[in-house]
Amino acid sequence: MTSDLTDIFALAPAYPELALVIGAVLLLMIGVFQKNNHFMTINGLAIGLMGAVLVLLLFAPSDGVLFNGGFVQDEFSRFMKVLVLIGSIGALLVSVSAAEEHALNKFEYPVLVLLATLGMMMMISANDLISLYVALELQSLSLYVVAALKRDSARATEAGLKYFVLGALSSGMLLYGASMVYGFTGQTELGAITEAIALGEPSIGLIFGLVFLLAGLAFKISAVPFHMWTPDVYEGAPTPVTAFFAAAPKVAAMALFVRLTYGTFAPISTDWQQIVIFISILSMVLAAFAAIGQNNVKRLIAYSSIGHVGFALVGLSAGSQAGVQGVAIYMAVYLAMTIGLFACILSLKSDKGYIEQISDMKGLAQSRPFIAVIIAVMMFSLIGLPPLAGFFAKWQVFLAAVEARLYWLAVIGVLASAVSAFYYLRIVRTMYFDEPENNFAAAPMELTVVMGLAGLFVITYVFTFGGPIARMAEIAAASLH
Amino acid sequence: MQAFLFQVIVLAPLLGALVAGLLGRSIGHRPAEIITSSLLVLAGLCSWIVFLGILFAGGGAEHGAEAAGHGEEAAHAAFALAESTKVTLFSWVHVGDLSLDWMIRVDTLTGVMLVVVTTVSALVHIYSIGYMHEDPHRARFFAYLSLFTFAMLMLVTADNFLQLFFGWEGVGLASYLLIGFWYKKPSANAAAMKAFIVNRVGDFGFALGIFGAFMMLGSINFDEAFAQVSHMEGVTIDFLWGQWDAMTVICLLLFLGAMGKSAQFLLHTWLPDAMEGPTPVSALIHAATMVTAGVFMVARLSPMFEASEVALTVVIYVGAITAFFAATVGLVQNDIKRVIAYSTCSQLGYMFVALGLGAYSAGIFHLFTHAFFKALLFLGAGSVIHAMHHEQDMRKMGGLRTKIPLTYAMMMIGTLALTGVGIPGTPIGFAGFFSKDAIIESAAGAHTAAGDFAFWMLVIAAVFTSFYSWRLVHLTFHGKTRASRETYSHAHESPNVMMIPLYVLAAGAVLSGVLFHEVFFANAEHVTAFFRNAIVVDEHVIEEAHHVALWVKWSPAIAMIIGFLVAWQFYIRRPDLPKALAAEHSGLYQFLLNKWYFDELYDFIFVRPAKWLGRALWRGFDDWLIDGIIVGGLAARVKDVTDRVVRLQSGYLYHYAFAMLIGVAALITWAIATGGLL
Amino acid sequence: MTLPLFFFYIFSAICIASALMVIASRNPVHSVLFLILAFVNAAGIFMLAGAEFLALILIVVYVGAVAVLFLFVVMMLDVDFAELGKGMLQYMPIAIVVGIIFGLELLMVAGSWFITPEVAGGSVLPIDAGVENTRALGQVIYTRYVYLFEAAGIVLLVAMIGAIVLTLRHKPGVRRQDIATQVGRRPKDAVEVVKVESGKGI
Repeated sequence: MTSDLTDIFALAPAYPELALVIGAVLLLMIGVFQKNNHFMTINGLAIGLMGAVLVLLLFAPSDGVLFNGGFVQDEFSRFMKVLVLIGSIGALLVSVSAAEEHALNKFEYPVLVLLATLGMMMMISANDLISLYVALELQSLSLYVVAALKRDSARATEAGLKYFVLGALSSGMLLYGASMVYGFTGQTELGAITEAIALGEPSIGLIFGLVFLLAGLAFKISAVPFHMWTPDVYEGAPTPVTAFFAAAPKVAAMALFVRLTYGTFAPISTDWQQIVIFISILSMVLAAFAAIGQNNVKRLIAYSSIGHVGFALVGLSAGSQAGVQGVAIYMAVYLAMTIGLFACILSLKSDKGYIEQISDMKGLAQSRPFIAVIIAVMMFSLIGLPPLAGFFAKWQVFLAAVEARLYWLAVIGVLASAVSAFYYLRIVRTMYFDEPENNFAAAPMELTVVMGLAGLFVITYVFTFGGPIARMAEIAAASLH
Repeated sequence: MQAFLFQVIVLAPLLGALVAGLLGRSIGHRPAEIITSSLLVLAGLCSWIVFLGILFAGGGAEHGAEAAGHGEEAAHAAFALAESTKVTLFSWVHVGDLSLDWMIRVDTLTGVMLVVVTTVSALVHIYSIGYMHEDPHRARFFAYLSLFTFAMLMLVTADNFLQLFFGWEGVGLASYLLIGFWYKKPSANAAAMKAFIVNRVGDFGFALGIFGAFMMLGSINFDEAFAQVSHMEGVTIDFLWGQWDAMTVICLLLFLGAMGKSAQFLLHTWLPDAMEGPTPVSALIHAATMVTAGVFMVARLSPMFEASEVALTVVIYVGAITAFFAATVGLVQNDIKRVIAYSTCSQLGYMFVALGLGAYSAGIFHLFTHAFFKALLFLGAGSVIHAMHHEQDMRKMGGLRTKIPLTYAMMMIGTLALTGVGIPGTPIGFAGFFSKDAIIESAAGAHTAAGDFAFWMLVIAAVFTSFYSWRLVHLTFHGKTRASRETYSHAHESPNVMMIPLYVLAAGAVLSGVLFHEVFFANAEHVTAFFRNAIVVDEHVIEEAHHVALWVKWSPAIAMIIGFLVAWQFYIRRPDLPKALAAEHSGLYQFLLNKWYFDELYDFIFVRPAKWLGRALWRGFDDWLIDGIIVGGLAARVKDVTDRVVRLQSGYLYHYAFAMLIGVAALITWAIATGGLL
Repeated sequence: MTLPLFFFYIFSAICIASALMVIASRNPVHSVLFLILAFVNAAGIFMLAGAEFLALILIVVYVGAVAVLFLFVVMMLDVDFAELGKGMLQYMPIAIVVGIIFGLELLMVAGSWFITPEVAGGSVLPIDAGVENTRALGQVIYTRYVYLFEAAGIVLLVAMIGAIVLTLRHKPGVRRQDIATQVGRRPKDAVEVVKVESGKGI
């Protein structure tokens, strides 16, 4: 029985996580022992800490398997962790100005976000069914608390409670699946499971376990039919929290989804491909149609995110390296679009408070042209119009599906994105072609910066970020086998 | 040098768009107008240099000399071009086995398109300075115009499918923005949305076609893909429910995209509505350039279309039907711009017929001449509208000949060119005379069922074309005025900044046919030499077209004369006749006036079910399963159930959790069933 | 060999039956009691498997603490479970269909297990017969599974933060005892000696 803890240098692959743990506990201490509320300080420190971890990940990479196979750091997990960190940093950044109004100006908020981020990073690096579950619970528990953090608001509390109960159910499913997989392979480590599966014929019990595992994870990425919580929680939770929910956790759960299917269950890929295709189609189609009827911006984004998960899963259902690369690119682009969009929404504060309904954005182009342009760009990118980033993300996943001879899946995907154009364009129309009703205050500086960066990313993606991201995603996808 | 020229052509409009779009507010309207217009003029001059270079290098040298007479930059035209010249701007996408660079590809076809696009665009820019001078958002308008031009140039210089698609969507977006430019008009908004959505249908096919081409031909680079076409004979593809010939499926899907963009029959409904945009936009996008993108695409992909007899036949039929259909609708429209819009639709049908017949050069020839005279007609109509204080209904015009004589002269030239006035057998005639006759002769020369069908359709369409064109002239300029006295007395000639573009286009409408007839159609050898494999040139087709019977050669001219005489009878000699006729055949009249009821049909077949489906899914899936309140609403019809369900609204979580369980059960069943374990 | 098997089936049967009763019983207090019964039987199964430490922990933690806490909560909150449960009947038909599907599929799983017993592999960490349970757990928890152990610790930390941040309220103006202040208080802080001239008030 050996432990890795005896050698601090051998722990190099886990330095980012260790830094986050220690930092989170330190920030918690600072918060607890300060007399006054130091939300701003703690929030800034948390952003700085995650920034430092990001730098550590990018510039001092160290790969390896640690803790007797419980933890793995490879190119894939690094790619996804970078995305998660960017998502969390973005979420904390956009919540600075809105924290007070949304009753989030408690030092626990950034600490919980840090701990949730830690959980996500551990999820991404999970290499064992047990560590997978523990990491997932760490992430989920933090998110449940964050959702209900505005505790005097009935809607936020309801959102938190719903998320908690359904999350517990999904965890139960995941555990049940894990126990089945363990029962039929006798292993908990993912690599060993792959070997065990490759030895024999796929048994029905294994498929059973796989389905339950994927159902638990599908809840986390809010794929249909496990999406029901999403619109309610997105709407009920404070908007900065929604921004956080929509970005980083999706990436982490998607990473785990990909690692389990494309990595661990590769020997029975035909079986999980069917499942992924199934939920992918359901997600794309349902979200496209359901979103048309929405009037609340956050509910609309919720359905939009469900749809985008469906599109990303199109890439995965190809079951090829190009497909996984497509998923990675898709998540990167989705993350940028989501953060940018939420920065826009959080900068729209009128005399009546932050906007809630789409109709609140009437005539935005006349009073706040910059924000309107950014939102319009995001909408066009979400539709998938060239030359914006969203187009290339969709292109990659559809191409992978076509290469895997899943033509009709690509057809349904293209159709669904055509339908989705309808509700995205509705927002553009509201902003540009309606008479203004509200006066909006000027956007805070940090939100302008986030919007500008996201807009720049989406518009110049093809010239600047597209190539490097595609290359990194290719390396990441290759590292899974 | 060459590479630099190309880059100037493509990037100057982009620069203009950026300057006008981003700095428009700070530098003011006038500088924005001047900068964008002069950049476009620069791009236009460069395009002519490139085009003349191509002309001299291949094809008829003597015609090149003639062209040089009226072209400005003959001195620079000394360099020759290879089959196609490619300039890499930068590396674009490198993923997996897909590697793409952003290349500018210039060959003869592109050269022709460059000239058309930049010339018309530059003239429209200049014209707009006058036309839009009262609009408070002029800078934005010019930014959109330049952006559109850039996207269109991207499209025509594409070297691979992705870049083509990029430009294709770009022009769609710019068109959306420009149609909806007067966003305060609800009809303009609706038209913009309609154009966008109808085009999505075509684009859907187009995207599928590109996927298919990449899959079957292994490359999305044009040259590499074309090289594979010869191996595709007999190769089949699984699509929908059966095995099909691969090239046929791919070409038909691609053609679906062309149908959307070029407003062909069934997907044409957006084009007339797009007239809600400012008139210069109609001239640039919906007459000369964007709508011809479909024609360009089919010509560009001619090696692929040549591989599928079926696809070409479909192209002929669709083109012929469109030419006929749009002409019939044009007969009775009252809005001056809509008449010209349906005329555009109809003329695009002519071009597609030529493409389907394999006479690609004739199709491109008509595209080339049509760009001049149709832009002329639109801008002339704009001048009329300008004079009449934004009145577009021809029933409220008349007698304007004396008020705006210069515009009248320009419109006459446009009409003569559109109706194809000329003397068969001699090189005397307006631009449309050469190109239209080339297409009709090609149709007759095909000696196939489709060819004969197309021939008759086109000749009948030519009668109609002549009729509605002269009707437009008579209603607008001749006779007694029907305008209010005040409007009529205030009607005035447009300023020079609007008239000069008309003169230039008029020169094009008169000369472009006679000057380039040789290299586009008249001499098969010269055609081959001119195009140098940029498109497929089948000398046999051209030779056949030249040897059709004499009555065939005269038929367009006769059609034109018949149309003219009928129009004269109707609107000059007996102005009461049309009304009586319309009353007598009110069914037919209404049918035509309502555009064959296509909008109503689509509303019934697509729009309403889509709305219903959206509502049903939203209501049904989300609210019925989740929101108890709506359960109550639904159940209001089923009273018994309602009371129980509403009372049993224990909370939503049940339903969520239940849906998850059903989901898992469905997934397991599905996995077991498809995994062959059952 | 037959006696442990006999007990296994006894424990399992009671465990499943009481788990069913947790959902089925109308009185919430009964539900919690059945839950306790289920826990105890699960502990029995652990005991049979040789995991006596786990068995006892289960009883101490779940029966002793968690379930009793549940009991208090259920008795203190006046929730009409019968009213809540009525809605379930509405969905009974679909629920039965789903249940049957699940049941059939589970049977197939069980069937596949018997047919190919070799798929089920051996345990990752075979239990050393010479080491008692507690010691064996201690040996792996801080070495092989230290990562999971620490991670579980962080999960508990999050739970604690969550419980505090969601429920703790600082009410201003509440008086609390402060021992240090009390002890540190000197007579001069509290007592003032005033010389009062006779015949005058203060």
